[in-house]
Formats: sequence, structure tokens, C-alpha cells
Amino acid sequence: MGEKDKLEHFEQAILPHLDAAYNLARWLTRNEHDAQDMVQEAYMRAFKFFDGFHGADARAWLLTIVRNTCYTWLDQNRARDMTTPFDEEIHTTEDNALNPSAMALKSSDMEMLKQSLEQLPAEFREVIVLRDLEEFSYKQIADVIDIPLGTVMSRLARARERLKRILCARLKEKP
Amino acid sequence: MDCKEGQRLIDGYVDGELDLVRNLGIEDHLHGCAVCSGSYQERRALRDGIRAHGVYFTAPADLRTRVQRSLRQAAGTTPARRRMPWQWIRVVAPLAAAAVVALILVPPVRGPSPESILTQEVVANHIRSLMVNHLADVPSSDEHTVKPWFNGKLDFSPPVKDLVNQGFPLIGGRLDYLNNRPVAALVYQRAKHVINVFVWPSNKNARSEAAPVTRQGYHVFHWEQAGITYWAVSDLEEGQFEKFVQLLKGQSPTTS
Repeated sequence: MGEKDKLEHFEQAILPHLDAAYNLARWLTRNEHDAQDMVQEAYMRAFKFFDGFHGADARAWLLTIVRNTCYTWLDQNRARDMTTPFDEEIHTTEDNALNPSAMALKSSDMEMLKQSLEQLPAEFREVIVLRDLEEFSYKQIADVIDIPLGTVMSRLARARERLKRILCARLKEKP
Repeated sequence: MDCKEGQRLIDGYVDGELDLVRNLGIEDHLHGCAVCSGSYQERRALRDGIRAHGVYFTAPADLRTRVQRSLRQAAGTTPARRRMPWQWIRVVAPLAAAAVVALILVPPVRGPSPESILTQEVVANHIRSLMVNHLADVPSSDEHTVKPWFNGKLDFSPPVKDLVNQGFPLIGGRLDYLNNRPVAALVYQRAKHVINVFVWPSNKNARSEAAPVTRQGYHVFHWEQAGITYWAVSDLEEGQFEKFVQLLKGQSPTTS
């Protein structure tokens, strides 16, 4: 396949997923400017390795590359997060004092939700983004972030539990 | 099912990722348990909030151009800047030809194709059949009971094959509605995985098949054979599912 055919093929298969790539990069880097750089870099990498792509799931394949690009960047540019470093166990402790009703959660607004999501460690943020925004199946999530399928449900459970607690704390502060 | 198990499975339930047995188990538990049912409501509210609030970031308009430009550079297809005036034709002619070919070959992409909508419908029907505990109108593993049951309910007689000896027992049939018509749904099972096979007459007699696709974790196979359209859907592992499809097509499966 000539470079030109490859490019044409690549643009048809991979370029339509630009929004998905940007959304994930934006959530992982938490800023617009770096997200754009990440997407650009991820696309270049994807193009380079396009010959190795045989699967049907172009979106999951691309997001795997976007994710890896973002994590390299996160590792290089700062301590991974301003949030506490990710530790599956620590983030599991139950806090029964915060037990909001479903109604209270509904009253959260967009800004509050965005800020709360950004406060999560990247490993939690990404599963919520992939599941609830990208609507990936557990299988796709397992493939993208390279964890066993059986771990996806518990990771999501912990991520959502923590997001809920952050949201509740913010709802209480709200006048 | 106890609360510990219930709490563990809530996310899988909210996400529609549980198998039939656990799905029924947790539904049963949620009916009787106010605590777990509260957690379930919370999860739903949280997820709906995330989806409804539009926290999806779409790519800025110029990002696409920027990405395309670097791709072209990487592929070495950017024309050199200074060319002899008459040379532009050498660049433009193939591009124009490519554009014409693209216009002919590439159907305009505006909204999902009918095929894709139908795939979504098939998956939705499959999920619904698992949710409402209504898998079969005629629960029977006997093809000679299932096939005649459709008489008078449909304007065609669906092909019914029991594959119990091959490890895919028929568990029944039911009427369903797809592609704007009533169709036959044949239900098979492999271990705890349910397979729905939707069939209706096709106007094509030639044999054709589409590449299997995966939606929301369900695999979907579609083919046409002897004037019948088949859509098979299941969460069964793809290799086994493919074996099942081949058996249904009347081929002996290639050993894997």
C-alpha cells in the first residue's frame, strides 16, 4: 500500500473518531491546549502503526493510543495529578456519613459535575469517561486501559462511589 | 442474592453488563431491599446526570485541519511549494480523479445507515427479551413444537433447527417486531448465555453475509440464505458464537 493510499484509508477509518480522541485527551490532561497536542501526537502515532491495525473497532484502537500518549505526558510533565496518587485500596474506604439521596445528586449542575470529575484520579476519571460518555462496553474498556475484564466493574464502582462523595461534599458547600 | 453480592453487581446492572442469571437475581433482590434499591437509584441519577449535562468535549474546529495537515506531511503527499506553472496539472488531475472516484465509491455519510439502525434494533430487542423475563412464547426444545407454533402468526414458516447435540440447545421461540414487520425469534442457549436469532423472509435468494459487529458488548451476526434474513445476537464469546452461526448455516464449523 502506497503512502497515499494508506493516508486515504487512514483518514476514512480513524479521522471520524476525532471527537472521541479529543474528549478523552481533554479529560485526562484537563486543559484544552495540551489536549489538542495529545490528539495531534496520537494521530501521528496511529498513522505510523496503522499497518498493524486489523480490527474492526477503530475507535477503541485509537483511544488506546490517545490514552498512552496522555499518560506519557502526565508522567513527564507533573506529578500525575494534584489529586492523591491512585491506589485502588485507599480509594475504596466507605464513608457512611455521606449518604445522599438520588434527588440530591440530580440537583448538581454541569459546572459542579465537571469540577468533581476533574478532581478524580486519572484512573478513575477515564473509566467514567469511557463508559458514560463514550458508552464503551466493559470489554472495550478492558482493552483500552489494559486491565482484566473482571476488574472493569469494580473499578467503575469505586470511581462512581468516589465521584458521588465529591459531588455530595460540593452540594453541601453550595449556599 | 444477599446485599453484599447486590452491591457488587449494581454497576454491572446499571450498565447492562450482567448475564441473564445475575440480571434476574439482582432484579429480584432490588425488589425486596430498600438499601440496595436506594444505591441503584443513586447510580442511575449519577449516570443520567453525566450523560445529560453535556460534559462531552467536542474537538475544536481547527484541530481537524491541523491533524490532517501533519498527516499529509508525514505521508509525504504535500506538493512542493514552487513548481513550474504548467506542472500544477500533474497535481490537480489525479486529485480530481480521486475526488470523482470517491464520489462514486463512498456513499454520503449522513446519519447512521439503515443497516446500522437495524443492528441497533436487533441488540435492543435482545436486551429487552432478557430484561422483561419474556424469552419465549413457546418454551420448548423440540423443533417440531416450535416451528408449527408460528403457523398463523407469521406469513412465513421460519426454519427451526435444534442444535442440542452440538451444545446449543433450543429453548423456545417467540414473536418479535423488527424492521417494521413481525418476525420470528428463536432462542438458543449456551451455558448461561442466551442467543436470539431473528428471522424473516428476504427478497434476495442469493447467499450473502455481513461481517460480525459488536454493539454494547453484544456480538451481532447477519446473513441471508435461501430467501431468509438471519440476525443472531448474543454476549457469547465470539469464537463460540461463530461456531453456532456456522452450524445454523448448515456448515460444519471449522475447528479452531
